Amino acid sequence: MSVRVSKYFDALTETRAWRSVFRGGSGSSTLHRSMAIQQNIFLHLLSTKVRKRMISLNTTWYLGTLTLGTFGILVITGILLMLYYHPSAPQAYADTKDLQFVVSSGQFLRNLHRWSAHAMVFLVFAHMFRVFYRGAYRAPREFNWVIGVVLLLLTLLLSYTGYLLPWDQLAYWAITVGSNIASAVPVVGDRVRFLMLGGHFVNANALLRFYVLHCMVLPIAALFFVAIHFWRIRKDGGLYAHQKDAASVSNCDSGRPQL
Amino acid sequence: MSDATGKDFVAVVASDQRKAPVRVAFVTRRTSAQVKSQDEEVIQAFPEVLFRAAIAVQLLAIVLVLISLFFNAPLEGLADPSHTPNPAKAPWYFLGLQELLHYFPPVVAGVLVPTLVVLALIVIPYFNINVEAEGLFLKDRKRRLQIFWVSSGVLCLFLLLFDVIVALVPTVMTVALMAVAAYTPANTSSNFRRSLAGKPLSFWVMSWFLFELVVLTAVGTFFRGPGWSWVLPWRS
Repeated sequence: MSVRVSKYFDALTETRAWRSVFRGGSGSSTLHRSMAIQQNIFLHLLSTKVRKRMISLNTTWYLGTLTLGTFGILVITGILLMLYYHPSAPQAYADTKDLQFVVSSGQFLRNLHRWSAHAMVFLVFAHMFRVFYRGAYRAPREFNWVIGVVLLLLTLLLSYTGYLLPWDQLAYWAITVGSNIASAVPVVGDRVRFLMLGGHFVNANALLRFYVLHCMVLPIAALFFVAIHFWRIRKDGGLYAHQKDAASVSNCDSGRPQL
Repeated sequence: MSDATGKDFVAVVASDQRKAPVRVAFVTRRTSAQVKSQDEEVIQAFPEVLFRAAIAVQLLAIVLVLISLFFNAPLEGLADPSHTPNPAKAPWYFLGLQELLHYFPPVVAGVLVPTLVVLALIVIPYFNINVEAEGLFLKDRKRRLQIFWVSSGVLCLFLLLFDVIVALVPTVMTVALMAVAAYTPANTSSNFRRSLAGKPLSFWVMSWFLFELVVLTAVGTFFRGPGWSWVLPWRS
């Protein structure tokens, strides 16, 4: 059975339509496998080859990959949640209640979105400390570290803007506490707070602003920087591998050519 | 070859290059060439790395789905501007800052500290002190010990003066570990002490930041009740 299926699949990959989409074709040669990466606009951000020791779990703990995984889960569940949500007060709260008691699997959807968001914040911090302790921020990867810091801030902002959307007491006062800090900025503090909230206190305008930031501006910005982040890994020489043994550097200081 | 002719090298070029292509390297006596060997084993990103990444993400998804099945996201009453809950808490990842807000004016705890933290994170790879990989107290020992004791003493006094016991505890922990590292004898038999002694300054600063982050966030999340007073989470 499986042999027949794979025969049909092989035949499919040889059709003209398939080849017009996937130019690399299908095959298990090293060339084909390289082309599977190179010829795909998303995958070509990655290297075609990776040092074998980098895939062991205790090198990176897969923290960057897992962070991207939570981001993917958040995008999918977020889009589904948007189908049931009006960013207006107090309708937002009624919609959140409906998600819990009326919408099929609405409670599960909301749970998954919220716990994944917490997991993403945690994983971003864990990823940062792991990269630091491995020394992977060193040249030539300095700028990718900076992009990572930008992504950390974007993650915090994404989580923070999403925190207001259920429009319950927890959300309202958490954002009030946070936005009060903004007004402590010297000179421009109150203006920054007004710009952020669309008013002098957290109200329906703030809800709409946070919704637009949470569902449009910040995810697109995050996606943009994630793309650079991944592409820079390849451009900066792949995942950082620690040069431990000096024996891997052979010295040709014998004065003789070694042909 | 050089012994026979008295030259440094002899370049041999075969006449029929289709049969014997020869690469000639001219290396003079004074030149030293460092060649980094490229014998690291590499694997194809597709499918070996991508499939592993996919499995990792699937395992993560399974864990998150299980958590979502058994634990509901919190939802309180409708937002009410006239009724302030006590305590009003920010999201957990900002509770470290909110804890600091309890001790310092907002312009320090809410603006200065986070700005400095972000700036410090950004400049990490651009300062040689962070690229250095040698043990902090292995070089220039006497002067560095002086600086270490004076600066950690000043920092602890400062935190004590503002009564920031919560931030003082991780600081004292870091200082204690650094002292263990500083006074580790060179011939120690303990692997742990030897690895501590080999840690550079950047490691200690980052670890101090990590300790502070964990302790402040945990205290703000679990140990703060009405009026930001100290409560025990298992007695509520």
